[in-house]
Amino acid sequence: MMKISRAPWLLSGPALTLYAVFLIAPIASIFLISFFEFNFKGGLQATFTLKNYIEILTDGYFYEIFGRTFGVALVVTIACAVLGTGEAYVLSRMSNPWKGLFLMIVLGPLLISVVVRTLGWALLFGSTGLISQFLMFVGITSGPVSLMYTNLGVIIALTHVMVPFMVISVWASLQRINPSTEAAALSLGASQFAVIMRVIVPQVMPGILSGSIMVFALSASAFATPSIIGGRRLKNVPTAAYDEFLNTLNWPLGSALAVLLLITMMVVLIAANKLTERRYGAIFG
Amino acid sequence: MISVISGTSAGFARSSDKDFIQRLLAGAAMSYLELNGLTKKYGSVAVVDGLNLEIQKGEFVSLLGPSGCGKTTTLQMIAGFIDPTEGKIVLDGKDLLRVPANKRGLGIVFQNYALFPHMTAAENVSFGLEMLKIEKRERADRVSETLTLVGLGHLADRYPAKLSGGQQQRVALARALVIRPSVLLLDEPLSNLDAKLREEMQFELRSIQRMVGTTTILVTHDQSEAMALSDRVVVMNHGKIEQIAEPYIAYEEPETEFVGGFLGKSNSFQLTVSGPEGALVGQIGDATFSISSNRMKSGNVIVRPEKIIFSEAQDSMLAGRMKSRVFQGNHWLCQVETVLGTVLVIRQNDGNMVAPEGSDVNLCWKPEDMRLVQR
Repeated sequence: MMKISRAPWLLSGPALTLYAVFLIAPIASIFLISFFEFNFKGGLQATFTLKNYIEILTDGYFYEIFGRTFGVALVVTIACAVLGTGEAYVLSRMSNPWKGLFLMIVLGPLLISVVVRTLGWALLFGSTGLISQFLMFVGITSGPVSLMYTNLGVIIALTHVMVPFMVISVWASLQRINPSTEAAALSLGASQFAVIMRVIVPQVMPGILSGSIMVFALSASAFATPSIIGGRRLKNVPTAAYDEFLNTLNWPLGSALAVLLLITMMVVLIAANKLTERRYGAIFG
Repeated sequence: MISVISGTSAGFARSSDKDFIQRLLAGAAMSYLELNGLTKKYGSVAVVDGLNLEIQKGEFVSLLGPSGCGKTTTLQMIAGFIDPTEGKIVLDGKDLLRVPANKRGLGIVFQNYALFPHMTAAENVSFGLEMLKIEKRERADRVSETLTLVGLGHLADRYPAKLSGGQQQRVALARALVIRPSVLLLDEPLSNLDAKLREEMQFELRSIQRMVGTTTILVTHDQSEAMALSDRVVVMNHGKIEQIAEPYIAYEEPETEFVGGFLGKSNSFQLTVSGPEGALVGQIGDATFSISSNRMKSGNVIVRPEKIIFSEAQDSMLAGRMKSRVFQGNHWLCQVETVLGTVLVIRQNDGNMVAPEGSDVNLCWKPEDMRLVQR
């Protein structure tokens, strides 16, 4: 009897240890440090204070950073939902040798470092970059334009990074669709557009929503792309926390930023999940 | 018909009227849906090979055959999901192949029902009417009317996942019927239901079809389903039509060995006919018997197992040994080992036991129950 009840713990022990050491411990220490005090002469003071949280919650500068972080994440999520769903649908309609090839092309960027991909965008975005030169050549602008250090630039680059996640998620949903439903809709007089909007998209909605949750979470916590394209001018929460840690050496303030980001994200994700389950639980059971 | 002709005779000079009247005169024989040399090839393989079929308005026709015989491909071509390689499909005088699938106005019930899982039963049924831009109030009326017709009025707000197989089937039927299709296409609609429910739905399907009078084409591999439901069965094999006939005729007078074997059970014998006219003698194996019909010729014949009886030794046409007998409630299914191979015999359960396994039996049947068929 004792043996049986101990077996599950022993079996899941290694995984639990891994989680405890590499996930729970760092987060717990960040949480702890966020209540410490910092001064320039003495460094870290192991006290308990809410000063860091109060500073963040009363300073408009931080509101702007949080606003930008979630605003950009939201726009990227919407862009990914539109592009990713379209891509996944087109892919699913392709015949076989092409299907595999194009799926590889769509997912291929995941194999390249985000930093490399973002630096690529930086080359395109600069005032002497291809985009600027093209716009001048076509005559849309008279002088050079730069997308570097703009929200639009960050959104474009992040969308490129995130779209494969959406494609994977929608793809999985599309595989579960009964292909006859499309034929049924056609036979009932639906146009191709109506088939997509009324029959396909509603059926892959769970996939779009779970992809959106993933893209939103990854975008809001993205570091490399916002720091390279957005630079110091357009900080988001992760880059601001990074600066507090490594530039100002104000670990407690950086920790408080990280904790607030974590809490906000969890609230958003749990709410989205609840909503999804309530809406689709009854239908797809 | 006469009154129509005299009524329009004033405009007789117009050629379109002439055409109209010619068509009208041919009206009695004019078919509603016509498949003309319909062929579908994949590479050099013809899945459907030169199909000719005429279906009358209101008729219930089954395409029956084993899987891979081209029956589903034929249905898909009528529906517009597959383009034929050759041939024509004419519906009510119009070339259907020029009309895209979503403008054909046909009702289709798919094998797996293909209900929209994110819509309730009522929303599923309503979808086709919305696509036809039917006004909201009429839509609601027709949806509830059709759901009531299929006996699901009380489950309008259920999602398909919460409906049983039979109920989903009914929703699929309602969804196809509500748009008042010119032709109803049923693709193996009952094959996913259990045996008892299938039988129940057969009756229901037939009575609903009779009530609404929609021309219906059923694709099935189930011969009893085809025979139970249809006015005519079209037996197909290897992309070609083997026989088109009413179910009773197709069963009693199969034209080919394939039809005889596919529709019900049958025994196949080699018959040799000899002797002068009027005193023909038939021979199967060692057994000889006189034949009254002059139409009987040497060749391949089939005999239905229920037409064979166990007889006394003096009447025997074929002697054998009871290999196995299976009791099926209302009948016995017997396999009798003979010099000509195993012969299948079905005896109605009339309260008398059939001979036990291993015993010698004598088989006998009426010469007129033999049906000459093509190989």
